[in-house]
Amino acid sequence: MSSFPEGLKYAATHEWVRVESDGSVTVGITDHAQELLGDIVFIDLPKLGTTINAKQEISVVESVKAASDIYAPISGKIVAINDALIDSPEIVNSSPYGDGWFCRIVPSNTSEMDALLNANGYAEICE
Amino acid sequence: MGHRTPLYQKHLDAGARIVDFGGWDMPIQYQSLIEEHHAVRQHAGMFDVSHMTVVDVNGADAKAWLQYLLANDVDRLKETGKALYSAMLNADGGVVDDLIVYRRQEGYRLVVNCGTRDKDLAWMQQHAEGFQVSITYRPELAILAVHGPESIDKVCSLLAPDVATSVQALGNFKALEAGAWFIARTGYTGERGLELIVPGADAPALWDKLLGIGVRPIGLGARDTLRLEAGMNLYGHDMDESISPLAANMIQTIAWEPASRQFIGRAAVEQHRARQEAGELPYLTGLVMEERGVLREGLRVVCSVNGQEREGIITSGTFSPTLKHSIALARIPVGSTDCQVDLRGKLIPVRIVKPNFVRFGAKVFE
Repeated sequence: MSSFPEGLKYAATHEWVRVESDGSVTVGITDHAQELLGDIVFIDLPKLGTTINAKQEISVVESVKAASDIYAPISGKIVAINDALIDSPEIVNSSPYGDGWFCRIVPSNTSEMDALLNANGYAEICE
Repeated sequence: MGHRTPLYQKHLDAGARIVDFGGWDMPIQYQSLIEEHHAVRQHAGMFDVSHMTVVDVNGADAKAWLQYLLANDVDRLKETGKALYSAMLNADGGVVDDLIVYRRQEGYRLVVNCGTRDKDLAWMQQHAEGFQVSITYRPELAILAVHGPESIDKVCSLLAPDVATSVQALGNFKALEAGAWFIARTGYTGERGLELIVPGADAPALWDKLLGIGVRPIGLGARDTLRLEAGMNLYGHDMDESISPLAANMIQTIAWEPASRQFIGRAAVEQHRARQEAGELPYLTGLVMEERGVLREGLRVVCSVNGQEREGIITSGTFSPTLKHSIALARIPVGSTDCQVDLRGKLIPVRIVKPNFVRFGAKVFE
């Protein structure tokens, strides 16, 4: 069974968002997404410092089985990326909500958060 | 709900993710495809391949019929237990299926694919007219493939001592029968190993015993990465009824001699041979991409032939867990050089290598 932690926001395209104390948001892919993809072997991360729009492609994840685009759940500026995923992409399989985070974004329009799903709403679309 | 093998419950017990595979509910992976792959390369793993089709052929004309039905020649099976890989061709020289045929004390045993079962059985019946031959589908049998450097020792530890001694002495591509068990040194991984064809009722206990001595369950996901590393074709992907065996790296499986043997498709593949020598028929080769990214089935390959741009296609592609980069089988024009693959709109250079990437746990191409 996939896990859907409370306190996170979710995009229907299987990304999660966590609001940090400084107002930035951390972004990753959900447990359900990593399960569907299976063993992840390459991750292309977005460039640090770039400005992105919600729903824009920011990353590509390749598993043994499939390639999948990852979309920005929210608009803003990329202020941190998780370099560890370049050499150890399997961290996303083992810890999708923890060490397997993708990037941190300073949002340009926090009202976009309202369009995201809560844990229950996201769990429903995964059924 | 699809068809289920006698090991279906065992797959659930082992935590399998089940998918539909040719109408069968089969395990795609248990915990991690990559860990399962390494278990086979380094230790021992077991695959339930009971969805595949076992067909026994008997009768006075069994040999003559198989010499007509198959592109390879069962006359090459000089002794009981020997196995042969062959294509079954249609009149146009397309591949109806690929299979393994074993010579038995009496008659022959064929193992054909799962997705092609109905069409293969119909094809066989259709071409049996005039031959004194019985064609018996054996759905009550299960097949457990046990592969990896430790696999034969592990299986032998479960067998009666005299049978174990015979299995240890079994050469590659040979089989023996012990009661109702058919034990063959064949497989689809590029590792040492056995395929055990046993009564379905025996399969769950055999599975449990193998599990108990550390043989790891392996899903169809790792079966595919292992066979592709071994450079083995997958029916429906690397070849099908529209593809000549010559365009599928199967020329070695066609027995051209004696010229008098009239197997189905012979006239067509003789023409294919001339066309391939003239550069008109593509060939199947290996591709290697050492940078990041994964080659996938269906991707376009752009090649150069005598300075002219030509195209080919990837027929199977994956990330190789052993090599840690991507490998593929591709059908490209004869004489191609400077191949590039269209990866998400970007042309990435790839290397052409012999379609055999990993054997016995190690890289085999230059």
